[in-house]
Amino acid sequence: MKTLFYFMAILTLPIILLASDPNQPAPQSPVKGATAVEKINDVNSIVNKANLAAYYQADDGKGKVSMKITDKKGQIREREFIMLKKDIEDGRDQNYFVYFLKPADVRKMVYLVQKHTDPGKDDDRWLYMPSLDLVKRIAASDKRTSFVGSDFLYEDVSGRSLLEDTHELIQTTDTQYIVKNIPKNPDFVEFSYYTVSINCNTYMPMKMEYYDKNGNLYRTIESVNIETIGNFPTVTKSVAIDLRTGSKTEMEFSEIKYNIGLEDIFSERYLRRPPMETMR
Amino acid sequence: MIRDRILIAAILLFVITFPVMAQEKNTGELTALADNLDVHGFYELRAGYRLQNDPYEKDMSIMEQRLQLELSSHLDRADFKVKGDVLGDLVEEQGDFDLREAYMFTRPSDFMDVKVGRQVLTWGTGDMIFINDLFPKDWNSFFIGRDTEYLKAPSDAARVSFFTDLFNIDFVYTPQFDSDRYITGERISYWNSSLSRQAGNDAVIHTDIPDRYFKDDEIALRLYKNIENYEYALYAYQGYWKSPGGLNPAGTKAIFPNLNVYGASVRGSVGKGIGNMEMGYYDSLEDRSGKDGNINNSEFRFLIGYTQEIAKDLTAGLQYYLESMVDYDQYKKSSPAGLNRDENRDLITLRLTKLLMNQNLQCSLFTYFSPADRDVYTRPNVNYKITDNLTWEAGANIFFGDRPDTFFGQFESNTNIYTAVRYNF
Repeated sequence: MKTLFYFMAILTLPIILLASDPNQPAPQSPVKGATAVEKINDVNSIVNKANLAAYYQADDGKGKVSMKITDKKGQIREREFIMLKKDIEDGRDQNYFVYFLKPADVRKMVYLVQKHTDPGKDDDRWLYMPSLDLVKRIAASDKRTSFVGSDFLYEDVSGRSLLEDTHELIQTTDTQYIVKNIPKNPDFVEFSYYTVSINCNTYMPMKMEYYDKNGNLYRTIESVNIETIGNFPTVTKSVAIDLRTGSKTEMEFSEIKYNIGLEDIFSERYLRRPPMETMR
Repeated sequence: MIRDRILIAAILLFVITFPVMAQEKNTGELTALADNLDVHGFYELRAGYRLQNDPYEKDMSIMEQRLQLELSSHLDRADFKVKGDVLGDLVEEQGDFDLREAYMFTRPSDFMDVKVGRQVLTWGTGDMIFINDLFPKDWNSFFIGRDTEYLKAPSDAARVSFFTDLFNIDFVYTPQFDSDRYITGERISYWNSSLSRQAGNDAVIHTDIPDRYFKDDEIALRLYKNIENYEYALYAYQGYWKSPGGLNPAGTKAIFPNLNVYGASVRGSVGKGIGNMEMGYYDSLEDRSGKDGNINNSEFRFLIGYTQEIAKDLTAGLQYYLESMVDYDQYKKSSPAGLNRDENRDLITLRLTKLLMNQNLQCSLFTYFSPADRDVYTRPNVNYKITDNLTWEAGANIFFGDRPDTFFGQFESNTNIYTAVRYNF
């Protein structure tokens, strides 16, 4: 009976989706290589698809990121930067280029990251400080530190390697897979495990909940807004909340473009002087 | 003084923008330039005092207000930037204008970048130690507690960069020698070797600076390549000792003898951190034999460093630096007995940086310690971002040493604390 239900659901879902908005092109699968929406039980392929949906859409991309950090006293701090990314290999290495716009004291600083997913291999990071014309190499091996003072960690922005955790499918609902992730090296991280709710349709991670060593929930990240941009479902707003400090960060993406044909700008040349056409 | 500098700024600006303007058949691009104009900057108050009496300097080590304005704009094929500071200085009891940047940048082809005008230039791998970076430094600003930005003084230069698959090249031509903003005695007291005592405003160093355009020029060259994220570089420099490196024959003026430098560096990940190594050969052309006691000896300089994040938001950086005189025996013979320095001077530096309160509070400590000279210079600093625009900072410049004539020991009575508030916009 259950199988029949799933079968019907799979058959009718595309029809419902198409019927709901006749002007909308048929939703192309966000996941390269996937052909149909179907419930799968293999946790590894779920987390793989979720990882690709969250961090590896298209071959490259550009967007403006605005962060609003509100501490428990209600004081607000804002960050704004342009982020460019290029995938070296889907699910694996990536390059990020971050050009700061706000606040004023970090304006025009450039942050370059070559992300490496091989276990034990640290990312390569550079920072360019324009007032000193200084190209600084950043020695930060801890990926679980705050990104620009927000409640998002460095790893939330560029993605946590799937190889760092073991994954367990703990629940499948009508709309979501719930995956529990347990770190292979618990000493290197501040959580004992975290759960991710993944949309069955888009494979977009919708909510992440982090539990401390005592098993208490202390941190959440939620995808609040998802838009389809150039056929790619994209999180355009997400909120990270630190339940211990009472601090909250809202991160919004705008002006997103995919497959812009980004050349190799991830070098010292463009660190010192960002590519004009991509920054304007 | 101010009028002169503003005039120079205006001329520079005109010179760098003129070629672009001249090509225009209409005023379209002028309008575009105005439309794209971006204005930023900061206003800052900074105050500092010496912690002890210095008979040759004021108790106030720094007391100034500063307005920095940065105007940037662009056309399709060129970027323009003008950045200048207007400051009211209560220590020198005068107003001043410091044009920090005034340049045009263009990317004429896929393999070439050009930046012409007044600009800040930096390369090399050291942290607050410079071997192959022979661009001007402002040691006064550094020692009296201005923002680290002011350690680098601007150059009036053209930088042309070429990018090839084989390696990249940076070529910097400075038509008129840009010296360091070296210690003169006006703001920082120093060891005066001809007087054999501490001196300051009573014995301001007089210099004879090479200043003929296109004759007293500087050339700096860097060849570099990134291989598997190890950054390799070769350097060459032709110019002058950047701070006084000798005395004229009469012994009345400090001079900037000819200097060539050849060097190399590498930087990349080592273990959990970043390692760097750099060396340079300082060829003091006017005293190659080392016999002239009035002119700096040739030197070999070497640096090795390592930086690692040792705990969450806590970074430590350690460096070892060595400068070694090439013709020490000759030097010893030619200098008066008892006054000569050691053959080798080495330095150990340690930087600790801790970020707290969501990275809004930064505590840092940078210390130079010379085992050879037995002297120390340490720079504690606390910087707090009250809001996104408003920053407060406090720090100190602490010098001490066993002897009054060593590099840092001579500045002992300049030990100072400072505090500043800055509004960024």
